[in-house]
Amino acid sequence: MEEVNVTVTINGKKRSAKVEPRMLLTHFIRDSLSLTGTHIGCDTSQCGSCSVMVDGHVVKSCTLLAVQVDGSEIITVEGLGTVQNLHPMQKAFWEEHGLQCGYCTPGVMMAAIGLLQENLEPSDEEIREGLEGVICRCTGYQFIVSAVKHAAALMAEEKQVVGEGR
Amino acid sequence: MAGKVGARIKRKEDPRLLTGNGYFSDDIQLPGMLHAAILRSPHAHALIKSINIEKALEAPGVVAIYTGKDLEGKIGRIPSSWLIPGSNLKEAPQYPLAIDRVRYVGDGVVLVIAEDRYGVRDVLDLIEVDYEFLPVSVRQKEAMQENAPLVHDDIENNIAFHWKAGEVPDEEIEEAEVVVRESFNVQRVAPSPIETRAAIGQYNPGNGELTLWCTSQNPHIHRMVLSEVLDISEAKLRVIAPDIGGGFGGKIGVYPDEALIGYAARDLKQPVKWIEERNEHFSAANHGRDEIIDVELAGTRDGKLTAIRVKNTANMGAYLSTFGPGVPTIDFGLMITGAYDIPKAACETFGVYTNTTSTDAYRGAGKPESTYQIERMIDLFAREIGMDPVELRRKNFAKKEDFPFTNAQGLVYDSGDYEKPLNKALEILDYKKLREEQEALRNEGKLVGIGFSTYVELCGFGPSAVAGAIGFQGGVWENATIRVHPSGKVTVFSGTSPHGQGHNTTFSQVVSDKLGIPLEDIEFVFSDTKAVSMGWGTYGSRSVAVGGGAISIAADRIIEKAKKIAAHELETSVEDIEFEDGVFKISGVPGMERKFVDIAKSANYAWNLPEGVEPALEAQAFFDPENFVYPFGTHIVVAEVDKDTGQIELKRYIAVDDVGRVINPLTSEGQVHGGIAQGVGQAMWEGIVYSDQGQLLSGSFMDYTMPKARFFPTIETAFTETLSPVNQLGAKGIGETGTTASIAAVMNAVVDALQPYGVTDVEMPLTPEKIWNIIQTGGENDDTI
Ligand code: FES
Ligand code: FES
Repeated sequence: MEEVNVTVTINGKKRSAKVEPRMLLTHFIRDSLSLTGTHIGCDTSQCGSCSVMVDGHVVKSCTLLAVQVDGSEIITVEGLGTVQNLHPMQKAFWEEHGLQCGYCTPGVMMAAIGLLQENLEPSDEEIREGLEGVICRCTGYQFIVSAVKHAAALMAEEKQVVGEGR
Repeated sequence: MAGKVGARIKRKEDPRLLTGNGYFSDDIQLPGMLHAAILRSPHAHALIKSINIEKALEAPGVVAIYTGKDLEGKIGRIPSSWLIPGSNLKEAPQYPLAIDRVRYVGDGVVLVIAEDRYGVRDVLDLIEVDYEFLPVSVRQKEAMQENAPLVHDDIENNIAFHWKAGEVPDEEIEEAEVVVRESFNVQRVAPSPIETRAAIGQYNPGNGELTLWCTSQNPHIHRMVLSEVLDISEAKLRVIAPDIGGGFGGKIGVYPDEALIGYAARDLKQPVKWIEERNEHFSAANHGRDEIIDVELAGTRDGKLTAIRVKNTANMGAYLSTFGPGVPTIDFGLMITGAYDIPKAACETFGVYTNTTSTDAYRGAGKPESTYQIERMIDLFAREIGMDPVELRRKNFAKKEDFPFTNAQGLVYDSGDYEKPLNKALEILDYKKLREEQEALRNEGKLVGIGFSTYVELCGFGPSAVAGAIGFQGGVWENATIRVHPSGKVTVFSGTSPHGQGHNTTFSQVVSDKLGIPLEDIEFVFSDTKAVSMGWGTYGSRSVAVGGGAISIAADRIIEKAKKIAAHELETSVEDIEFEDGVFKISGVPGMERKFVDIAKSANYAWNLPEGVEPALEAQAFFDPENFVYPFGTHIVVAEVDKDTGQIELKRYIAVDDVGRVINPLTSEGQVHGGIAQGVGQAMWEGIVYSDQGQLLSGSFMDYTMPKARFFPTIETAFTETLSPVNQLGAKGIGETGTTASIAAVMNAVVDALQPYGVTDVEMPLTPEKIWNIIQTGGENDDTI
């Protein structure tokens, strides 16, 4: 199949790769750009493990082709924070034990950031509703809810701009 | 440093996982790596007449194509590892690819290796397989009938095994004052870790070493089994489980696919990667449960239970999986009396072959089913004699003073105090008040129910001699090595294999308290058969009880040796040395001391060691516990049924668990939440559905209801602590208690809510349609699907 060039700004860096037009964004991120923090959990766009930010919106990267995001700005989990300087969402997930196996976690955090973009003071119920697009098999969600709530508080405190990669 | 055990400590493993620095199977990239895909049977039962790979061989990037025939004699059969003695067990041979006949939708037919991940999928479409359909057996009770189509021609009535334990003569049932009977269908579910299965093989032709990364909960079992299947020395087969995105039993099994990838990598002398797709996972990975359980419970009118007789007809799928046969027999059948002192018990289990994918252990493995039946039966019995279900439970509990308590099937429960968590849970609930409210709400036409599950669970596998006696093909002891580096930092090697539980943190807490060193100074190595000499992995809630026990003993050995060195340096006798909080001191002599780091250095430098003491500071322990451990507790659910829609709302969920010593309340609560979510999932939403033709109707997350965040209320958790005498830590398992307890609690609550309609049982899962129908027909339609 003839390959085409796709260029994106990902976590603040300009990156290009030649890909088949049918390549999913999620494989582009993982295999072409070697950013493996974004995961794949299904083949029907239900699990949300692959969620990333594209031009400021949370999307499931398995629902887009790489060619569709040519020229876009993407933020993945690698662009949130580092071990030394965690993003409030990461910090909150750590402090509230919002993860077990950690497989769904990058996607869940992205979805949660999307949620907080819309509503910085969500109730438990709003968080649970807002996480409709993700599936976690390990945690039973309770500590994910606590983590998102905690993250909202941290963000308000730190005046962290939601969803802006570092 | 002391006081780490019992503290709410956030996990050491998290910063890595939170920043995208995890290392899962699909993250592995090797130079020259090829990609594998498996063409699977779309039919439940058929003869393979011919396979045409001509077009496929011409596709761009194709490297190799293997059929079952090609591999005959080259890869051994995939064995089951739990061969139940005295059950006339007939193990049908399972080959890595079907040779002339497919036996379930998802059965592997052709293995394709190609250069590119997408390209290899294209090739599957170019392969033509000519099938001749055969009649199918899908449901276990039908499959056992005379004239049912046979899954394996030489296995009569499709019966894989027939197992019995305990004896209850007819008169015990017939002549009892009260007998309740019920039949339960514990439907088939999919463990569904969010990471599917994967395998990556790499062969070194220079030294003949094969490395296999795979999504395994027990890499050493994989090594043991696959070394035989692939005919390679265990010393040349290295199995590594990298980060694993959840297991829940689904990654215990040694699968044909892993053998195929190992074989192909060796054959082609090039790395090969296989990543399972979700639909493939639904059809080809092991499922859980699928048992039809018929129960008779006898007792007196004043509420003393006297006998229980249970028959379990279990759907094993087309082949016996790694642990499959143990689940509806040992795990289930020896626990049918639950937390109760019922003097007589008998269980009879049929394991049945069908044209479906295999079943194996799924979170709780047999115990959720045994708990479900006994806890439902207790409620039915209570209703029959007009007694409060809590009172009936108390009346029949194994009493605190009877521990260690031997149940009617001969298992010895290590420790227990069943009233304790029950009382605590009732207090949290405010039971009396709630019953009054329930009455009032009923009068207003609202359907509210309260459901209990006062469970006990068998876990912490376990004594190896017992494992041998029950047909388990391996040991279940654990192995730990603690290596103290010259700097005083420590590496611990454990034979357990975590996949989300947080062993690195909980085990570090144990080591930190023992050796008096900070958590940051302790690193762990798991899940690599080349680094960890042996071990039996993580399942059956065994890691803390057995693996933690081994670590604890190894730490004692370190201290013992270090004390000798300290005594020598301080010119005193070993008996005078006290070790506390990382410091070796002479009792009563202030100032005379050596720190743990000092001894680490002197042991490793070995300039001046006492006589007979070898250099270095390293200790290994193999721990084979003398018994299983038996966590217990009380879960209570308050549920409301919406009359108009059949929707169920869980108003409250209270979980009071007693798992012995709680090492880390934070991760323990996490385990409880996750376990509950899976049990509630089974009760309310999940279900694998095969059509009568054996077609898988629930083959994706679009058809299989995975619980989501909005499905749950906030779970109220608490612990009581009744220590276990079986290991040094006093700890029991916690990974499966939630699942074990929750199914019955939910079901009891919903049946209680529907009591005004005279409903005594509802089949799982509790879909609104089912409930709505019950309400519409005034209860006459219960037990409908
Ligand atoms: S992988 Fe994208 S939603 Fe599951
Ligand atoms: S933490 Fe394992 S799936 Fe969410």
